[in-house]
Amino acid sequence: MSEFDQMYREVILDHYKNPRGHGEIEDADAQAEGQNPLCGDEVSIFVAFGEDGDTIDEVKFSGRGCAISQAATSMLTEMVKGRSAAEVATLPRDELLEEIGIPLTPVRLKCALLGLSTLKLALHKAKGTPLPEEWAGASSDLELR
Amino acid sequence: MDAGKLRADFPIFEQEVRGKPLAYLDSAVSAHKPRQVLDKLRTFYETSYANVHRGVYTLSELATAEYESARDKVARFVNAPESRELIFTHGATESINLVAYAWGLDNLGPGDVVLVTELEHHSNFVPWQYIAKRTGAAFKAIPLDNHGELRLDTLDEIAGSGNVKVVANNLVSNALGTINPVERLAAWAHQQGAIMVVDAAQAAPHHAIDVQQLDCDFLAFSAHKMCGPTSVGALWGRAELLEAMAPFNLGGHMIRSVKLEETTWGQLPYKFEAGTQPIAEAVGFGAAVDYLNDVGLDAIEEHERELLVYALERMADVPGLVAYGPAPERRAGIVSFNLDTVHPHDVAQILDMEGVAIRAGHHCCQPLMAKLGVAATNRASFYLYTIPDEIDRLVTGLHKAHKLLS
Repeated sequence: MSEFDQMYREVILDHYKNPRGHGEIEDADAQAEGQNPLCGDEVSIFVAFGEDGDTIDEVKFSGRGCAISQAATSMLTEMVKGRSAAEVATLPRDELLEEIGIPLTPVRLKCALLGLSTLKLALHKAKGTPLPEEWAGASSDLELR
Repeated sequence: MDAGKLRADFPIFEQEVRGKPLAYLDSAVSAHKPRQVLDKLRTFYETSYANVHRGVYTLSELATAEYESARDKVARFVNAPESRELIFTHGATESINLVAYAWGLDNLGPGDVVLVTELEHHSNFVPWQYIAKRTGAAFKAIPLDNHGELRLDTLDEIAGSGNVKVVANNLVSNALGTINPVERLAAWAHQQGAIMVVDAAQAAPHHAIDVQQLDCDFLAFSAHKMCGPTSVGALWGRAELLEAMAPFNLGGHMIRSVKLEETTWGQLPYKFEAGTQPIAEAVGFGAAVDYLNDVGLDAIEEHERELLVYALERMADVPGLVAYGPAPERRAGIVSFNLDTVHPHDVAQILDMEGVAIRAGHHCCQPLMAKLGVAATNRASFYLYTIPDEIDRLVTGLHKAHKLLS
């Protein structure tokens, strides 16, 4: 398989063209916005917890982005449903990267991880879970480093 | 001018990218370097290098002569009345910061207006926004119309809103390629009693510049976009303004005398060249100017316009392609565009796999992107070494991107 076919393999294109969890949640329990200063992309993440107030019941996202960021965030919404806030707050990025399953350059890595780091920021704001390292030094809803 | 022949001067084109010859359509962000510049850097380091203006020994004299000769060349390149008005900096960004700080902090205050445009690169926007805030001056931007043209009809209203003290504009827009009416703006600025600061980073590589004809007060540009080395650029300023200004960077070499009680500043241009300068890079800048002069700025501009017309014609056949920017006769060799809703990162990635390098992003022009209603665009830009085959490969890649992602 050529590098080209790998990068835009079918599963990526499927998530890009039919994103899961695309939209917004009114009165979300947790919410945050993230930006990629490189391309000006923005993503908003919305989380609703289940009755126990901790298990992630639903995740939605809105915003604009490239195929990699949109597909990665779409996959992420499927991945974290049913997990606890604490678990997702420390979700290793490799777990998402394995799911994406394509070779990514450092620049594209930022695209792929924008959704995850924004989700972690939302959980931090709602639950006080640890701030992901990408946000270290950011005063509030600042740009992804 | 024969771009195919000139291309042989640029070693970068000897390599392949992803198994394909390099098609480099991102010269607006930085240009490649010809052997003539690379050889000059090596020869200078090997035969004439020492710190400048320091030693009485032969080598230092040699280095100083090379450095000052480069200054003369760069000054002549923009038709500066005097070489001492040409200050070496680390690039256009530092040149603009120099004016914003050294002139702005002492000359701006409440009631004053600092005027930029919505078309500026962040480097001619953010320093002014910051210095305006520091001094209490108002910060305003000449708006754009929906075609990305400056709305000069708003000038009277802006003049009525305060005491306009600075007008800052790029001669050529890095995002759209628009050649802006700087001469007209300079005349208007002077009527208001304002200084005119021109960001020529995108103009200098492609377009003959004459500061006396523009009648501006400051002009900033960078070597790396002109086939020269990185980390060196220039600020041209009117001698009387530069002489009246406080220094920007302070330290060695920019002084007349230093005493515990007081330090006095050196003469132009050294007052603004504190510390060890990018000496070899400045010498390389001189070699780049020689190279451009040999090819001829008018020939470069004509070549780029031909490529622009050809590119726009070919790209019009790509389904869903939206191109931004003015008519070719008022534009440098830059095509900014979007492909349907396909994100520029994806377009650029797919093109990279074809060995075609273009820029995708906001081009440090977020206010402009907001005006166009997009987060980012794709940008293909041309230079003296660009050949039509590179544009053909761009167009083929765009068809592929459209097919895959639209």
